[in-house]
Parts: sequence; C-alpha cells; structure tokens
Amino acid sequence: MKARVHVTLKNGVLDPQGKAIGHSLNRLGFPEVDDVRQGKFIELELAETDAAKARARVEEMCKKLLANTVIENYSIELVG
Amino acid sequence: MKAAVLVFPGSNREGDVAQAIELVTGRRPQMVWHGDGDFEKVDLIVVPGGFSYGDYLRCGAMAAQSPVMAEVKKRAAQGVPVLGICNGFQIVTEAGLLPGTLMRNSHLKFVCADVHLRVETSQSLFTNRYQAGQVIKVPVAHAEGNYFADADTMKRLEDRGQIAFRYCGPDGSIVDGRGNPNGSSSNIAGVFNDTKTVLGLMPHPENAVEPMFGGTDGKALFEGMVEALS
Repeated sequence: MKARVHVTLKNGVLDPQGKAIGHSLNRLGFPEVDDVRQGKFIELELAETDAAKARARVEEMCKKLLANTVIENYSIELVG
Repeated sequence: MKAAVLVFPGSNREGDVAQAIELVTGRRPQMVWHGDGDFEKVDLIVVPGGFSYGDYLRCGAMAAQSPVMAEVKKRAAQGVPVLGICNGFQIVTEAGLLPGTLMRNSHLKFVCADVHLRVETSQSLFTNRYQAGQVIKVPVAHAEGNYFADADTMKRLEDRGQIAFRYCGPDGSIVDGRGNPNGSSSNIAGVFNDTKTVLGLMPHPENAVEPMFGGTDGKALFEGMVEALS
C-alpha cells in the first residue's frame, strides 16, 4: 500500500517561497495567478495492508517527523 | 563547568563553540557524536550551528530525532542547561524543548552579517553578565532564522519574560522591525523555555569572543554560564 502525504503551511503562516513563485509566474505572463502556497509531497511505500492501521501509523509519522504542526498541516491519501 | 558539544553530520560550528568554551573555562568540552545515546554527566549541553543532516525535510527535524537528542531531552527535563545556537536553535525547537519554530527568512536570502541584539533580561544563567536593555553586536549566518509562534505562545513568551534577545538598531530600538535581519516575529533572536534552563538563539556569540574577529560581545554569555554553573 502507498501513502501520499501532503504537507502545507497553515493558513495565516507567511509563505515567502509561495509569494516568490507567484511573482515569477506573474512576470512570466500569468497575471491570473493570485496567491500561491507551496508545500511538500511525500510518498511512502508501506508493508501494511489494512487501510485503517496504515492511516493511523502514517498519522503518527506526520506528527513525529514529517510535519511541524506549529506551522504545517498535513493530509494523508492511501492508494492501492 | 563541564560542557558537552553535540556533533551531527553537517554540524560546522562545533569547533567554534568548543573554542569559546575553552577560552573561558580553560577546559576543552566533550564532543558527543549524534549516535551516542549516552554520555558523561555535564553541567551544560551545547547544540551547535551548521546544517545537520543537510537540513533535509526541515532544518533540525532529523537531528531532533537522533539518539543523542533523546538523551538531551531526558536531561533537560531534569534541569540540565541546554544552549542551542543557530541550527542548534532549530534542533531544540524541533525537539520540543523550546516553543515556536524557525522559518525561512522572509526575504528568502541567506544572511551573513553582524547584527545588534538587545538583551531582554539578565535574570538567567545564560545572560547574568549582561544588563537588561544592553545592546551587543554579534554575527548571524542563516537562511532559516525567522522565528514564528502562534499568538497564544507569543503572548506567553512576552508575559513570562522568556524572550532572551531581540534584533535591534544600534541604539536598541526595535521600532518598525529595526535591525531585524530575517522577518522574525517581534524581532525575536533568542528564547528561553519556561524554566530558563534552555536557551536557543540564531546569532553566534561563539564567534564574538576574540577582538581579532571583530568584537567580544558574545564572551559574556560564556562567562555568565561559567559563573552560574561552576
């Protein structure tokens, strides 16, 4: 089973990298781009076959290492 | 004062801080490798600057989970003083020994410069050789020094006097973010835990201990610790 984890900055946390990406896109001829928030995508290959158990474990991984919950949110998607 | 300096793959200021400690104590600190879950009893643990684990994932995130940090957390809970400098500050916040976190500098650039700091309190084992309100000059060198904490945490830090140093202008002013090199909330350069036995700061006092290198304003931090811990 695969787990896909998205880590993004919480609302209200300034994202200077997102801002810089937005400015670049505007300059490159994409004036429709308003606000940009960037984050991380992490794919995990798991030996676990039970979806509920896998989700609980990945949740633990997010809290312990993958995300810094002071500033980041995470979402988990299980595949296969 | 017996001190230990942690060494992670990618640390690069461990020699500088060891030298500063030796300068004021006459004694070389013990260097402790990140994989060592146990080490000699010491009066002070220093987590030095650098790029531990290549700053993978987030600055300090991997180092915070290393065997040596599990031991540091245990000792910090028993009251053993911990000093985290630069990457060490990032590591101790990731380890949960200090509130908040260090984010990418607001201007996205690495900043390497001398900065002015206002000492916010002399009431700690780290800052007892300074006067509250004193302005000192020390260098910074980082890309992720933008301190952030949620509003409740910020209020608690202010109310309890847990802010150790703020970036400021040469006259000590912090109006309009004066002297702030990285966008840090409330110009914070360093914070204590609630018992003031853990200090984390982005600037490098260990690089301001010899006149030859542009100033000695950082030396009092080490002298103060020696006085408090010997």
